[in-house]
Amino acid sequence: MTLRKNVMSLLEVKDLKVRVEEREILHGLSLTVNPGEVHAIMGPNGSGKSTLSHVIAGKPGYEVTDGQILFRGEDLLEMEPNERAAKGVFLAFQYPVEIPGVTTWNFLHAALNAQRKARGEDEISSPAFLKKVREVARSLNIPQDMLKRGVNVGFSGGEKKRNEILQMALFEPAVCILDEMDSGLDIDALRIAADGVNALRSPERAMVVITHYQRLLNYIVPDFVHVMSKGRVVKSGGKELALELEESGYAQFEDAA
Amino acid sequence: MNVVAKTETGRAVGDGFALVRDRLPGGGKIADLRREAFEAYERAGLPHRRIEDWKYTDLRALMREVLPLAPRPDAAALSRAAAATKPQLIGGVRRLVLVDGVFAPSLSDLGNLEKGLTIRPLRELLDAGDSALSTQAFAFDNSNPMIALNGAMATDGVVIEVADGTVLAQPLQIIHVASGGAPAAMFTRSLLRLGRDAGATLVESHLAADVATAYQTYNALVVSIGDNARFEHVRLVEDAFDAFNISSVNVSLGAHAHYSTFGLTSGAGVSRYQMTVTFAGEGSRVETNGVNLLNGKQHADTTLFMDHAVPNCASREAFRAVVDDRARSVFQGRIIVRPDAQKTDAKMMTRALLLSDEAEADNKPELEIFADDVTCGHGATTGALDESLLFYLRARGLPEKEAEALLIQAFVGEAIEQIANDALREVAIATAQRWLEARV
Ligand SMILES: Nc1ncnc2c1ncn2[C@@H]1O[C@H](COP(=O)(O)OP(=O)(O)O)[C@@H](O)[C@H]1O
Ligand SMILES: [Mg+2]
Repeated sequence: MTLRKNVMSLLEVKDLKVRVEEREILHGLSLTVNPGEVHAIMGPNGSGKSTLSHVIAGKPGYEVTDGQILFRGEDLLEMEPNERAAKGVFLAFQYPVEIPGVTTWNFLHAALNAQRKARGEDEISSPAFLKKVREVARSLNIPQDMLKRGVNVGFSGGEKKRNEILQMALFEPAVCILDEMDSGLDIDALRIAADGVNALRSPERAMVVITHYQRLLNYIVPDFVHVMSKGRVVKSGGKELALELEESGYAQFEDAA
Repeated sequence: MNVVAKTETGRAVGDGFALVRDRLPGGGKIADLRREAFEAYERAGLPHRRIEDWKYTDLRALMREVLPLAPRPDAAALSRAAAATKPQLIGGVRRLVLVDGVFAPSLSDLGNLEKGLTIRPLRELLDAGDSALSTQAFAFDNSNPMIALNGAMATDGVVIEVADGTVLAQPLQIIHVASGGAPAAMFTRSLLRLGRDAGATLVESHLAADVATAYQTYNALVVSIGDNARFEHVRLVEDAFDAFNISSVNVSLGAHAHYSTFGLTSGAGVSRYQMTVTFAGEGSRVETNGVNLLNGKQHADTTLFMDHAVPNCASREAFRAVVDDRARSVFQGRIIVRPDAQKTDAKMMTRALLLSDEAEADNKPELEIFADDVTCGHGATTGALDESLLFYLRARGLPEKEAEALLIQAFVGEAIEQIANDALREVAIATAQRWLEARV
């Protein structure tokens, strides 16, 4: 198993300290994710889960005061958000925004081609693109007319989340970070979304599933569970840790933080 | 020196007009109207910021002087103009080309006019002596000095009449081209008369040969729309970046008429578009949409005056600006609802997108309501691109400029969609696209 240690991790967060508006939110957080693994990050509201996902994706407004984030050994923090996306980092947003006037089709096509261009690949032709999107949309139960509308405009909560997973399937990223994918979904919508995510599990791809509730982890079964509290990972373990949390709640970890 | 006005005094040099008199068509009544107009201009001089209507667009500071009248275009000028219009040709329209302020028959299409359509160069109309039509073409308000100057100096233009009941299938296009001789001023005045139950689509394009630089173009358009007639009017300003474009339009509508207009300004260093719309008959509707796409040090002013003089009319003004670098976009919208104009429905909305810290958008709405049973309102927003939308797009792989372009395109697209004519809508989309691509 020493060999394993020398293999480069996909995503390595090391002692990350992050400030927002002069206030430190993450106080030295570490996380290592290898190909094929599914990690769950659980924690109460306000513990810094979304902050972590935003910093990984490159959202402006966060100041990293210490620590590192490496993606396949490269310094992720030096890259523009679009470069990170092209390299294979994908964040499914907790609150996907609505973009009136930009149709979902156009957006998906422009984004996919921008990523391909950044990787030195040829642009995808319109027919090939159409075919690909149609297939993915069908598997996620997304009607065609939704793709003609403005991005997320007038979409229900469930539709927005499915649109995020549609993008994930289309862009085929190496690391998928899913921020509260289950929030606002009823059980049927959750099942469709989780099936979509599970279909994307592969030995090369890793997932980081952020959730407040254990429920989601019945559908997307993780290899590792990390408990976050007040800007730190306070406990890590296998999937049984999620069940433990379900029974005893987060309170026991509040003091540990 | 045949310079018409100087800034030092703000007063005109009177011999400028005298010097070019023999080049200005029209005797008798028109000659009198020109003299009156010139005197009106001379009294005021170039408008400056202490005049309320010009407070954001101080022509004395921006323009300094009115340049000498452009010479009649020679063969070389005409061929440069022809080359300039080529890439801009719109399929299926009837072209009427004015080069350096002079109608160019060789570049225009006057053949096979549809029944009920008459088109004449203004010069030809004036040379034929006084007529009701020529007087109408010069019946503009001299209290606006730039309109007065245009009246005094107009060398040519087109006079279009659409007979009662004639609905034109083919759109008309008036192209104003600066051929790029020595920096000079060009003055045109056109008239469009739509009879009762008539219909027409007009696109006005302002463009320049590659070599054209600091020219000045002054245009006036008089439109009368008969009862039950409809008029769609598109305007595309793509003048050279250090050119001046001062244009005025005066529209009057009969009863149950419909006027819809869309303007896109992406060219000219300094431009002013002043539009006056008068409702003269009940039950009419006007929609004015405009988009400014500005960068560098461009300054573009749109000043609209909507005059609700009669009851039961509706007007909509929607104006959008995208302003980058140190450019400045000005919108002044005045709506007057006169005492008799009950049941008026008038709304005005402006939205500005500022792409740089130094970009500026000025907005001056004015509602003067003298009737009590009306629905009137105005709104305005000014701001930068939404950061959260930009981040979403960038997180999906779009580089910053491309993400911005997509959002700007969406912002502008909502206005362009209002153009009913498919070909003209495509042209406006392509023009906006060129502007965006130049940014990336
Ligand atoms: N933009 C911001 N400005 C100020 N405080 C913020 C901002 N974003 C997050 N925070 C604060 O950081 C903490 C962690 O928030 P967040 O990462 O959203 O937690 P979680 O996703 O675990 O609920 C909270 O106390 C929140 O109030
Ligand atoms: Mg969160």
